[in-house]
Amino acid sequence: MITLFIVVLGIIMIMAALMAIYQKNLLSAIVASGVISLLASVIYILLAAPDVAMTEAAIGSGLTTIVFLYTLNKINKIKAKK
Amino acid sequence: MLIITVLGIILVVLGLWGMLTQKNIIKIIIGFSIMDTGTHLLIVSIGYIKDRTAPIMDKAVGNASQVIDPVPSALVLTAIVIGLAVTALMLTYAIKLFEIRKSLDINDFKELKW
Amino acid sequence: MVKQLFIIITLVFLVIMLLPLMTEVKPFEDLSLVSQKYVNAGPDELGSQNLVTAVVVTYRGLDTLGEVAVLFIATAGIGFFLRKKAVEEKDMKSKASVLVRTGTALLLPLILLLGVYIFLHGHLTPGGGFQGGVVIASGILLLMLAQSDIKINISLLYWIESLSGAFYVIIGILGLALAGGFLDNRFLPLGDFGRLFSAGAIPIIYSLIGLKVGAELVGILNNMQRSQ
Repeated sequence: MITLFIVVLGIIMIMAALMAIYQKNLLSAIVASGVISLLASVIYILLAAPDVAMTEAAIGSGLTTIVFLYTLNKINKIKAKK
Repeated sequence: MLIITVLGIILVVLGLWGMLTQKNIIKIIIGFSIMDTGTHLLIVSIGYIKDRTAPIMDKAVGNASQVIDPVPSALVLTAIVIGLAVTALMLTYAIKLFEIRKSLDINDFKELKW
Repeated sequence: MVKQLFIIITLVFLVIMLLPLMTEVKPFEDLSLVSQKYVNAGPDELGSQNLVTAVVVTYRGLDTLGEVAVLFIATAGIGFFLRKKAVEEKDMKSKASVLVRTGTALLLPLILLLGVYIFLHGHLTPGGGFQGGVVIASGILLLMLAQSDIKINISLLYWIESLSGAFYVIIGILGLALAGGFLDNRFLPLGDFGRLFSAGAIPIIYSLIGLKVGAELVGILNNMQRSQ
Protein backbone atom coordinates (compact mmCIF):
# COMPACT_ATOMS: atom_id res chain seq x y z
CA MET A 1 0.00 0.00 0.00
CA ILE A 2 2.81 2.38 0.97
CA THR A 3 4.69 1.22 -2.12
CA LEU A 4 1.72 2.12 -4.34
CA PHE A 5 1.55 5.54 -2.67
CA ILE A 6 5.24 6.16 -3.30
CA VAL A 7 4.90 5.04 -6.94
CA VAL A 8 2.05 7.52 -7.49
CA LEU A 9 4.03 10.31 -5.79
CA GLY A 10 7.08 9.43 -7.86
CA ILE A 11 5.14 9.52 -11.13
CA ILE A 12 3.72 12.95 -10.24
CA MET A 13 7.23 14.17 -9.35
CA ILE A 14 8.69 12.94 -12.64
CA MET A 15 5.83 14.54 -14.60
CA ALA A 16 6.40 17.80 -12.70
CA ALA A 17 10.13 17.61 -13.46
CA LEU A 18 9.42 17.12 -17.17
CA MET A 19 6.96 20.01 -17.05
CA ALA A 20 9.50 22.23 -15.26
CA ILE A 21 12.05 21.48 -17.97
CA TYR A 22 9.87 21.65 -21.08
CA GLN A 23 7.14 24.16 -20.19
CA LYS A 24 7.58 27.35 -22.25
CA ASN A 25 5.86 29.58 -19.67
CA LEU A 26 8.46 30.29 -16.98
CA LEU A 27 5.84 30.88 -14.26
CA SER A 28 4.40 27.37 -14.71
CA ALA A 29 7.90 25.89 -14.78
CA ILE A 30 8.77 27.56 -11.46
CA VAL A 31 5.56 26.35 -9.80
CA ALA A 32 6.18 22.83 -11.12
CA SER A 33 9.64 22.80 -9.55
CA GLY A 34 8.03 23.88 -6.28
CA VAL A 35 5.63 20.92 -6.53
CA ILE A 36 8.61 18.54 -6.77
CA SER A 37 10.02 19.83 -3.48
CA LEU A 38 6.64 19.67 -1.74
CA LEU A 39 6.11 16.02 -2.72
CA ALA A 40 9.71 15.23 -1.76
CA SER A 41 8.91 16.42 1.77
CA VAL A 42 6.05 13.85 1.92
CA ILE A 43 8.53 11.16 0.89
CA TYR A 44 10.95 12.22 3.64
CA ILE A 45 8.19 11.60 6.18
CA LEU A 46 7.77 8.09 4.78
CA LEU A 47 11.54 7.62 5.06
CA ALA A 48 11.29 8.42 8.81
CA ALA A 49 13.26 11.67 8.52
CA PRO A 50 10.90 14.34 9.91
CA ASP A 51 13.68 16.91 10.41
CA VAL A 52 14.53 16.84 6.72
CA ALA A 53 10.84 16.92 5.79
CA MET A 54 10.31 20.14 7.76
CA THR A 55 13.27 21.82 6.13
CA GLU A 56 12.30 20.74 2.65
CA ALA A 57 8.67 21.80 3.05
CA ALA A 58 9.63 25.27 4.29
CA ILE A 59 12.57 25.91 1.98
CA GLY A 60 12.04 23.88 -1.16
CA SER A 61 8.45 24.79 -1.81
CA GLY A 62 8.27 28.11 0.03
CA LEU A 63 11.37 30.25 -0.11
CA THR A 64 12.94 28.83 -3.29
CA THR A 65 9.75 29.46 -5.25
CA ILE A 66 9.55 33.02 -3.91
CA VAL A 67 13.16 33.73 -4.82
CA PHE A 68 12.51 32.45 -8.36
CA LEU A 69 9.37 34.58 -8.60
CA TYR A 70 11.18 37.73 -7.45
CA THR A 71 13.78 37.09 -10.13
CA LEU A 72 11.13 36.59 -12.81
CA ASN A 73 9.38 39.78 -11.74
CA LYS A 74 12.64 41.72 -11.84
CA ILE A 75 13.47 40.42 -15.32
CA ASN A 76 10.01 41.28 -16.61
CA LYS A 77 10.41 44.81 -15.22
CA ILE A 78 13.75 45.31 -16.94
CA LYS A 79 12.17 43.97 -20.15
CA ALA A 80 9.26 46.42 -19.85
CA LYS A 81 11.59 49.36 -19.29
CA LYS A 82 13.65 48.60 -22.39
CA MET B 1 13.67 1.93 0.05
CA LEU B 2 14.75 0.91 -3.41
CA ILE B 3 11.94 2.75 -5.22
CA ILE B 4 13.00 6.05 -3.72
CA THR B 5 16.64 5.44 -4.65
CA VAL B 6 15.46 4.87 -8.23
CA LEU B 7 13.32 8.01 -8.04
CA GLY B 8 16.31 10.01 -6.79
CA ILE B 9 18.48 8.76 -9.67
CA ILE B 10 15.73 9.61 -12.20
CA LEU B 11 15.44 13.14 -10.78
CA VAL B 12 19.23 13.65 -10.86
CA VAL B 13 19.34 12.52 -14.51
CA LEU B 14 16.31 14.64 -15.46
CA GLY B 15 17.79 17.69 -13.76
CA LEU B 16 21.14 17.29 -15.51
CA TRP B 17 19.31 16.71 -18.81
CA GLY B 18 17.42 19.96 -18.28
CA MET B 19 20.61 21.83 -17.38
CA LEU B 20 22.40 20.62 -20.49
CA THR B 21 19.63 20.95 -23.07
CA GLN B 22 17.78 24.12 -22.09
CA LYS B 23 18.87 27.51 -23.45
CA ASN B 24 17.17 29.80 -20.93
CA ILE B 25 19.30 30.58 -17.87
CA ILE B 26 16.29 30.43 -15.51
CA LYS B 27 15.49 26.97 -16.89
CA ILE B 28 19.07 25.89 -16.23
CA ILE B 29 18.74 27.01 -12.61
CA ILE B 30 15.42 25.13 -12.32
CA GLY B 31 17.24 22.05 -13.62
CA PHE B 32 19.87 22.56 -10.92
CA SER B 33 17.24 22.70 -8.19
CA ILE B 34 15.62 19.49 -9.52
CA MET B 35 19.02 17.79 -9.40
CA ASP B 36 19.48 19.10 -5.85
CA THR B 37 16.18 17.51 -4.74
CA GLY B 38 17.12 14.24 -6.44
CA THR B 39 20.48 14.09 -4.67
CA HIS B 40 18.86 14.71 -1.30
CA LEU B 41 16.29 11.97 -1.90
CA LEU B 42 19.11 9.61 -2.88
CA ILE B 43 21.13 10.26 0.29
CA VAL B 44 18.16 10.01 2.67
CA SER B 45 16.88 6.82 1.01
CA ILE B 46 20.26 5.14 1.56
CA GLY B 47 20.03 5.84 5.29
CA TYR B 48 16.58 4.26 5.61
CA ILE B 49 16.21 0.89 7.30
CA LYS B 50 13.00 -1.09 6.90
CA ASP B 51 10.41 -0.97 9.71
CA ARG B 52 12.32 1.52 11.79
CA THR B 53 11.37 4.92 13.09
CA ALA B 54 12.87 8.40 13.34
CA PRO B 55 15.96 8.78 15.56
CA ILE B 56 14.25 10.53 18.47
CA MET B 57 14.79 8.68 21.72
CA ASP B 58 12.23 8.53 24.51
CA LYS B 59 10.60 5.90 26.69
CA ALA B 60 9.04 4.03 23.75
CA VAL B 61 12.09 4.12 21.47
CA GLY B 62 15.04 3.11 23.56
CA ASN B 63 17.74 1.22 21.72
CA ALA B 64 19.73 1.29 18.54
CA SER B 65 17.77 -1.48 16.80
CA GLN B 66 14.65 0.68 16.48
CA VAL B 67 15.87 3.81 14.70
CA ILE B 68 17.20 4.74 11.28
CA ASP B 69 20.61 6.20 10.52
CA PRO B 70 20.77 9.84 11.77
CA VAL B 71 23.88 10.82 9.81
CA PRO B 72 22.36 11.12 6.28
CA SER B 73 19.44 13.12 7.71
CA ALA B 74 21.86 15.51 9.40
CA LEU B 75 23.88 15.94 6.20
CA VAL B 76 20.82 16.61 4.03
CA LEU B 77 19.34 19.01 6.59
CA THR B 78 22.17 21.50 6.16
CA ALA B 79 22.56 20.79 2.44
CA ILE B 80 18.98 21.95 1.75
CA VAL B 81 19.58 25.32 3.40
CA ILE B 82 22.84 25.78 1.49
CA GLY B 83 20.97 24.80 -1.69
CA LEU B 84 18.55 27.72 -1.21
CA ALA B 85 21.40 30.21 -0.71
CA VAL B 86 23.29 28.93 -3.75
CA THR B 87 20.14 29.01 -5.90
CA ALA B 88 19.48 32.61 -4.82
CA LEU B 89 23.07 33.54 -5.66
CA MET B 90 22.75 31.99 -9.12
CA LEU B 91 19.48 33.85 -9.72
CA THR B 92 21.23 37.08 -8.73
CA TYR B 93 23.88 36.40 -11.35
CA ALA B 94 21.08 35.74 -13.85
CA ILE B 95 19.53 39.15 -13.08
CA LYS B 96 22.91 40.84 -13.49
CA LEU B 97 23.55 39.06 -16.79
CA PHE B 98 20.12 40.11 -18.04
CA GLU B 99 20.75 43.73 -17.04
CA ILE B 100 24.00 43.79 -18.97
CA ARG B 101 23.10 41.77 -22.07
CA LYS B 102 19.26 42.10 -22.14
CA SER B 103 19.03 38.41 -22.87
CA LEU B 104 18.61 35.16 -20.94
CA ASP B 105 19.69 32.90 -23.79
CA ILE B 106 22.86 31.05 -22.84
CA ASN B 107 23.98 31.14 -26.49
CA ASP B 108 24.34 34.91 -26.30
CA PHE B 109 27.16 34.60 -23.80
CA LYS B 110 30.08 33.60 -25.95
CA GLU B 111 33.05 34.88 -23.98
CA LEU B 112 34.08 31.47 -22.72
CA LYS B 113 33.28 29.55 -25.89
CA TRP B 114 36.12 27.89 -27.74
CA MET C 1 23.14 17.03 -33.42
CA VAL C 2 26.59 16.10 -32.15
CA LYS C 3 25.86 18.12 -29.02
CA GLN C 4 22.72 16.12 -28.22
CA LEU C 5 24.71 12.92 -28.64
CA PHE C 6 27.37 14.12 -26.22
CA ILE C 7 24.71 15.03 -23.68
CA ILE C 8 23.11 11.59 -23.97
CA ILE C 9 26.49 9.88 -23.59
CA THR C 10 27.19 11.97 -20.47
CA LEU C 11 23.86 11.03 -18.95
CA VAL C 12 24.36 7.34 -19.75
CA PHE C 13 27.70 7.44 -17.96
CA LEU C 14 26.06 9.17 -15.01
CA VAL C 15 23.41 6.44 -14.82
CA ILE C 16 26.08 3.73 -15.03
CA MET C 17 27.92 5.48 -12.22
CA LEU C 18 24.83 5.66 -10.02
CA LEU C 19 23.57 2.16 -10.86
CA PRO C 20 25.61 0.39 -8.13
CA LEU C 21 23.53 2.35 -5.59
CA MET C 22 20.50 0.40 -6.79
CA THR C 23 22.00 -3.04 -7.28
CA GLU C 24 24.98 -3.45 -4.99
CA VAL C 25 24.26 -1.33 -1.95
CA LYS C 26 21.88 -3.61 -0.14
CA PRO C 27 19.24 -1.92 1.96
CA PHE C 28 20.91 -1.60 5.32
CA GLU C 29 20.02 -4.33 7.76
CA ASP C 30 21.61 -2.46 10.62
CA LEU C 31 23.23 0.86 11.40
CA SER C 32 26.79 1.48 10.32
CA LEU C 33 29.34 1.41 13.13
CA VAL C 34 29.67 5.18 13.39
CA SER C 35 25.91 5.67 13.57
CA GLN C 36 25.65 2.84 16.06
CA LYS C 37 28.06 4.68 18.32
CA TYR C 38 26.10 7.92 17.91
CA VAL C 39 22.75 6.24 18.62
CA ASN C 40 23.97 4.22 21.60
CA ALA C 41 26.07 6.92 23.23
CA GLY C 42 24.17 10.04 22.15
CA PRO C 43 21.33 10.18 24.68
CA ASP C 44 23.52 9.44 27.71
CA GLU C 45 26.55 11.38 26.60
CA LEU C 46 24.89 14.55 25.32
CA GLY C 47 21.40 14.34 26.84
CA SER C 48 19.70 15.09 23.52
CA GLN C 49 16.52 13.21 22.60
CA ASN C 50 16.71 14.07 18.94
CA LEU C 51 19.80 12.33 17.59
CA VAL C 52 19.81 14.29 14.33
CA THR C 53 20.27 17.41 16.45
CA ALA C 54 23.05 15.71 18.40
CA VAL C 55 24.86 14.88 15.15
CA VAL C 56 24.31 18.33 13.60
CA VAL C 57 25.23 20.41 16.64
CA THR C 58 27.85 18.39 18.47
CA TYR C 59 29.28 15.33 16.77
CA ARG C 60 29.50 17.08 13.40
CA GLY C 61 29.41 20.61 14.80
CA LEU C 62 32.43 21.80 12.87
CA ASP C 63 30.71 20.92 9.58
CA THR C 64 27.67 22.93 10.64
CA LEU C 65 29.88 25.91 11.42
CA GLY C 66 31.33 25.59 7.92
CA GLU C 67 27.90 25.38 6.33
CA VAL C 68 26.72 28.47 8.20
CA ALA C 69 29.83 30.21 6.87
CA VAL C 70 28.91 29.14 3.31
CA LEU C 71 25.42 30.53 3.87
CA PHE C 72 26.96 33.82 5.04
CA ILE C 73 29.20 34.06 1.99
CA ALA C 74 26.29 33.41 -0.39
CA THR C 75 24.22 36.08 1.38
CA ALA C 76 27.10 38.53 1.16
CA GLY C 77 27.41 37.84 -2.56
CA ILE C 78 23.71 38.48 -3.13
CA GLY C 79 23.88 41.70 -1.14
CA PHE C 80 26.92 42.81 -3.10
CA PHE C 81 25.31 42.26 -6.50
CA LEU C 82 21.85 43.63 -5.76
CA ARG C 83 22.90 46.60 -3.67
CA LYS C 84 23.17 49.45 -6.16
CA LYS C 85 19.67 49.77 -7.53
CA ALA C 86 17.95 50.01 -4.18
CA VAL C 87 17.95 53.79 -3.85
CA GLU C 88 16.66 55.14 -7.13
CA GLU C 89 13.33 53.46 -7.77
CA LYS C 90 10.84 53.30 -4.98
CA ASP C 91 7.61 54.38 -6.65
CA MET C 92 4.90 52.15 -8.16
CA LYS C 93 4.56 49.90 -5.14
CA SER C 94 1.05 48.47 -5.20
CA LYS C 95 -0.67 47.82 -1.90
CA ALA C 96 -1.83 44.34 -0.93
CA SER C 97 -5.54 43.67 -0.38
CA VAL C 98 -7.26 44.15 2.99
CA LEU C 99 -7.54 40.39 3.40
CA VAL C 100 -3.79 39.86 3.12
CA ARG C 101 -2.98 42.77 5.44
CA THR C 102 -5.43 41.71 8.17
CA GLY C 103 -4.38 38.07 7.88
CA THR C 104 -0.76 39.07 8.21
CA ALA C 105 -1.42 41.13 11.34
CA LEU C 106 -3.16 38.10 12.82
CA LEU C 107 -0.71 35.42 11.70
CA LEU C 108 2.69 37.07 11.97
CA PRO C 109 3.09 36.78 15.78
CA LEU C 110 1.98 33.16 15.64
CA ILE C 111 4.44 32.34 12.86
CA LEU C 112 7.31 34.00 14.73
CA LEU C 113 6.31 32.16 17.91
CA LEU C 114 6.28 28.86 15.98
CA GLY C 115 9.76 29.60 14.67
CA VAL C 116 11.11 30.30 18.15
CA TYR C 117 9.38 27.17 19.47
CA ILE C 118 10.94 25.04 16.75
CA PHE C 119 14.48 26.11 17.45
CA LEU C 120 14.17 26.08 21.25
CA HIS C 121 12.86 22.50 21.14
CA GLY C 122 15.44 21.31 18.62
CA HIS C 123 16.88 18.74 21.02
CA LEU C 124 13.46 17.29 21.93
CA THR C 125 11.28 17.26 18.82
CA PRO C 126 11.91 17.22 15.06
CA GLY C 127 13.22 20.59 14.00
CA GLY C 128 15.93 22.93 15.12
CA GLY C 129 17.83 26.03 14.21
CA PHE C 130 17.68 25.67 10.47
CA GLN C 131 13.95 24.95 10.35
CA GLY C 132 13.11 27.60 12.93
CA GLY C 133 15.16 30.21 11.10
CA VAL C 134 13.41 29.37 7.85
CA VAL C 135 9.96 29.64 9.49
CA ILE C 136 10.89 33.07 10.90
CA ALA C 137 12.12 34.16 7.47
CA SER C 138 8.83 33.05 5.89
CA GLY C 139 6.95 35.09 8.50
CA ILE C 140 8.94 38.20 7.62
CA LEU C 141 8.36 37.38 3.95
CA LEU C 142 4.60 37.45 4.56
CA LEU C 143 5.02 40.88 6.18
CA MET C 144 7.01 42.11 3.17
CA LEU C 145 4.35 40.84 0.78
CA ALA C 146 1.51 42.45 2.73
CA GLN C 147 3.14 45.86 3.19
CA SER C 148 5.52 46.32 0.34
CA ASP C 149 6.66 49.75 1.51
CA ILE C 150 7.97 48.42 4.80
CA LYS C 151 11.62 49.05 5.60
CA ILE C 152 13.50 46.17 7.14
CA ASN C 153 16.04 47.50 9.63
CA ILE C 154 19.28 46.44 7.96
CA SER C 155 21.57 47.35 10.84
CA LEU C 156 19.43 45.28 13.24
CA LEU C 157 19.75 42.28 10.89
CA TYR C 158 23.47 42.91 10.68
CA TRP C 159 23.85 42.96 14.46
CA ILE C 160 21.70 39.84 15.02
CA GLU C 161 23.62 37.98 12.36
CA SER C 162 27.12 38.91 13.44
CA LEU C 163 26.48 38.62 17.19
CA SER C 164 24.91 35.16 16.89
CA GLY C 165 27.77 34.04 14.65
CA ALA C 166 30.33 35.36 17.14
CA PHE C 167 28.60 33.75 20.13
CA TYR C 168 28.40 30.46 18.21
CA VAL C 169 32.19 30.41 17.88
CA ILE C 170 32.68 31.62 21.48
CA ILE C 171 30.52 28.75 22.77
CA GLY C 172 32.55 26.37 20.61
CA ILE C 173 35.76 27.64 22.20
CA LEU C 174 34.20 27.42 25.70
CA GLY C 175 33.53 23.76 24.92
CA LEU C 176 37.17 23.38 23.98
CA ALA C 177 38.32 25.01 27.20
CA LEU C 178 35.88 23.55 29.73
CA ALA C 179 34.81 20.20 28.23
CA GLY C 180 35.99 17.62 25.75
CA GLY C 181 36.48 19.55 22.51
CA PHE C 182 35.40 22.25 20.10
CA LEU C 183 31.59 22.71 20.25
CA ASP C 184 31.28 20.18 23.06
CA ASN C 185 27.98 20.91 24.81
CA ARG C 186 28.85 19.41 28.16
CA PHE C 187 30.31 22.47 29.87
CA LEU C 188 26.76 23.22 31.01
CA PRO C 189 24.91 20.64 33.16
CA LEU C 190 23.04 18.06 31.10
CA GLY C 191 19.91 18.28 33.24
CA ASP C 192 16.99 15.87 33.16
CA PHE C 193 16.67 13.89 29.96
CA GLY C 194 13.69 15.16 27.95
CA ARG C 195 13.22 18.54 29.64
CA LEU C 196 13.47 21.87 27.84
CA PHE C 197 16.50 22.98 29.86
CA SER C 198 18.65 19.95 29.27
CA ALA C 199 21.32 18.72 26.90
CA GLY C 200 23.89 21.28 28.01
CA ALA C 201 24.61 23.94 25.43
CA ILE C 202 22.66 22.37 22.53
CA PRO C 203 19.56 24.63 22.88
CA ILE C 204 21.79 27.71 23.08
CA ILE C 205 23.84 26.74 20.03
CA TYR C 206 20.74 25.84 18.02
CA SER C 207 19.01 29.10 18.98
CA LEU C 208 22.05 31.03 17.78
CA ILE C 209 22.04 29.04 14.52
CA GLY C 210 18.32 29.77 14.19
CA LEU C 211 18.79 33.52 14.66
CA LYS C 212 21.70 33.55 12.24
CA VAL C 213 19.94 31.54 9.53
CA GLY C 214 16.75 33.58 9.96
CA ALA C 215 18.61 36.91 9.71
CA GLU C 216 20.55 35.73 6.66
CA LEU C 217 17.47 34.49 4.80
CA VAL C 218 15.59 37.71 5.62
CA GLY C 219 18.60 39.55 4.22
CA ILE C 220 18.43 37.53 0.97
CA LEU C 221 14.67 38.15 0.60
CA ASN C 222 15.04 41.82 1.49
CA ASN C 223 17.74 42.31 -1.14
CA MET C 224 15.63 40.49 -3.72
CA GLN C 225 12.56 42.59 -2.90
CA ARG C 226 14.27 45.96 -2.72
CA SER C 227 15.84 45.43 -6.13
CA GLN C 228 12.37 45.12 -7.71
